[in-house]
Amino acid sequence: MRVLWLQSGGCGGCTQSLLCSEPRPLFDELRDAGIEFVWHPALSLASGADVLRVLEDCAEGWLAFDVLCVEGAMLLGPNGSGKFHLMAGSGRPLSEWVARLARRARWVFAIGSCTAYGGLSANTPGNPLEARGLQYDTNTPGGLLGADFRSASGLPVVNLAGCPTHPGWVVDTLEKLALEGLAVSYLDELGRPLFYADQLVHHGCARNEYYEFKASAKKHSDLGCLMENLGCKGTQAHADCNQRPWNGAGSCLRGGYACIACTEPGFESPGHAFQETPKLAGIPIGLPTDMPKAWFVALAALSKSATPKRVRENSEADHTVVRPAVKKAGK
Amino acid sequence: MTRIVLGPFNRVEGDLEVSLDVEAGQVAAARINSPLFRGFEQLLVGRVPEDALTIVPRICGICSVSQSAAAAAALAELAGVAPPPNGILAQHLVMATENLADHLTHFYLFFMPDFARAEYAGRAWHGDIAARFTAIKGSAASPALQARARFFNLTGFLAGRWPHTLALQPGGSTKAMTPAERIRILALLREFRGFLETVLLGDTLEAFSALASEDALSAWAAGRRADFPLFLQAATDLALEKTGRATDRFLSYGAYGLFAQGLWQPNTIPQGDFLRGAVDRLNTAKITEDTRHAWLADSAPRPPAQGETIVDADKADAYTWCKAPRYGGQVVETGALARQVVAGNRLARDLVERHGASVTARVVARTIELAAVVPAMENWVRAIVPGELFCTPAKMPESGESVGLVEAARGSLGHWLSVKRGRIERYQIIAPTTWNFSPRDSTGQPGPLEQALVGVPAGEGAPPTVQHVVRSFDPCMVCTVH
Repeated sequence: MRVLWLQSGGCGGCTQSLLCSEPRPLFDELRDAGIEFVWHPALSLASGADVLRVLEDCAEGWLAFDVLCVEGAMLLGPNGSGKFHLMAGSGRPLSEWVARLARRARWVFAIGSCTAYGGLSANTPGNPLEARGLQYDTNTPGGLLGADFRSASGLPVVNLAGCPTHPGWVVDTLEKLALEGLAVSYLDELGRPLFYADQLVHHGCARNEYYEFKASAKKHSDLGCLMENLGCKGTQAHADCNQRPWNGAGSCLRGGYACIACTEPGFESPGHAFQETPKLAGIPIGLPTDMPKAWFVALAALSKSATPKRVRENSEADHTVVRPAVKKAGK
Repeated sequence: MTRIVLGPFNRVEGDLEVSLDVEAGQVAAARINSPLFRGFEQLLVGRVPEDALTIVPRICGICSVSQSAAAAAALAELAGVAPPPNGILAQHLVMATENLADHLTHFYLFFMPDFARAEYAGRAWHGDIAARFTAIKGSAASPALQARARFFNLTGFLAGRWPHTLALQPGGSTKAMTPAERIRILALLREFRGFLETVLLGDTLEAFSALASEDALSAWAAGRRADFPLFLQAATDLALEKTGRATDRFLSYGAYGLFAQGLWQPNTIPQGDFLRGAVDRLNTAKITEDTRHAWLADSAPRPPAQGETIVDADKADAYTWCKAPRYGGQVVETGALARQVVAGNRLARDLVERHGASVTARVVARTIELAAVVPAMENWVRAIVPGELFCTPAKMPESGESVGLVEAARGSLGHWLSVKRGRIERYQIIAPTTWNFSPRDSTGQPGPLEQALVGVPAGEGAPPTVQHVVRSFDPCMVCTVH
């Protein structure tokens, strides 16, 4: 399976993240699954005119490829000129190359949230870069390719959303394709593969006991739950970050900071400070999406009143100050 | 004279276009175009100051932590807080992990594959290098990726993940290291040290760090079977120690309390064949940015604290989205070589005193840092006291101005911040590659890479020397055009 990769209005961090793929080195992992790069800007030898020839051949249908991976938002500004990113050496807007190549690709992948939904500019008033996602403008279908776009395989753009995307999300989706293809039923309403988007970041969070008892962190580095005060959206964000570790044993929550829901369109402008939970009458506004609010408030009040001393004290410290009790002998 | 346009110039972070005026087989003039505009300086305006910690890492996927650290430093100054000792050590560890991993990525994935090019077939070293460093398929690629991924497991413990962590805060780190993690982190550092010593160097880090001159380096490399000595064999054969000289003025903001800050520049009166120089105290008041040849509104060169970023996409004579930063009006180079020359590393100084900056010196300087910083990291981990504070709370004032200066892998990174009524009023960034790949300024002085390319062979039938010179800077284009 042949993968062509292009980068535009983004940070390149999804490729850097991909290179962290484990346990096997990325190149071995992909090669043995029958996946190769036609060209990747960060990894391939070919440069300059050689690359433009390859891209032209792919765009004209003379050189076959299977997957077009695009990393970074499409920048159509200023004034629709695309001049915010003319692909080096070609003098043409990168978005134009993407539109041409997408028509030839069997599958089109948006690598990362800015490719999927448009990124920081698209979520800033006035969208100064005139940025668009491949098939979304934030959470509205559309984008560069349009809501009706289907690649040669009949699928809409596959949105490997995340900022950055997890290496496993990319590798597993490519390997799924190579194994048996991909059906629309494998994607959620926002085009994300269900194998990671049918979970919540909350699932498997190491702070779950603090969540259960609403024992909340008050300041950075506290061990408690980050939902009540420090802006955590793990109960609403679709991703398996606490079941599929990052960089060995990590996740945002394990790193001590809030989930900012980076797999969701619009995460860049939440309408409040990222590290603060907006509240109404002392109750967080962003409660779990599928739980009746009154029940949540009632349960929270109940669990707060039942919080063990251990959980309460540890939640406001950066290390365990009260250990779980050890059962005494003979009891 | 013919003009050659090279692009997409790949195996750099981001997109890059290099225009060369070629005369008699040599570069007569070079113009560097950073063709992608990112606009972060506008996108940050109006946000609450702490939001910068979430937004600025996303300027760059390869120097993400450095951007975090610069923002955290600026916010710390604004709030008047300082991290506790554990917090400082944790920040150093995360920064060093990214910087060293970037050096490794540069060497194995971005820089070395050019020596495997068919143009070099027949050179004594070509067979070995092609087997080892051919892009993606060479035998070194997977072991290097493995070492890199394992080394980045440090960030899983220290910062949740990489890239784009929110662990670095003005008051320290959100992640307090547990006693168990401290042991695992030391084990990961030993594993990385093992890779560097057996695969990259073929010697201990300490033995490499003891090399103090070009002669000592040559003697050390002779007959040694490892990846870095293999590079030196090719580099010496191609005289890359005499290739890619820029201005020989070096800027560093200083790193980890280990490498001093300052500006190294040559003495005005030359002494013999050797370039002698001295380090001046860093004076950030001398820093300005010039927009003459950028697609940005013209103005007199401005200090970044008064900087503006206003798009003017149709400006005549403009050829890049990159501004031209200058220090006291002069063109300066930044990066690992600059950092080591300013810090007084003897090998880096000797290379520069003999030949000026070069492809070889820039690559050697990164290896100097790999060898010097891993032992420092081991010491920082030992110095951490689990149970003591990692983070001091920081309260932002309603208004104020501040600066955050750090050293990213690629050199000096500065964030200039102004806050008014609780919101960001101005946020100006000068990234390392903005210095190195800057265009001409109002007085017509070309930027460092533009100077380094002059005289290099180019055009039909020329060896791929231009590729080496450009990549020797390890450019990060997405940062450049923030």
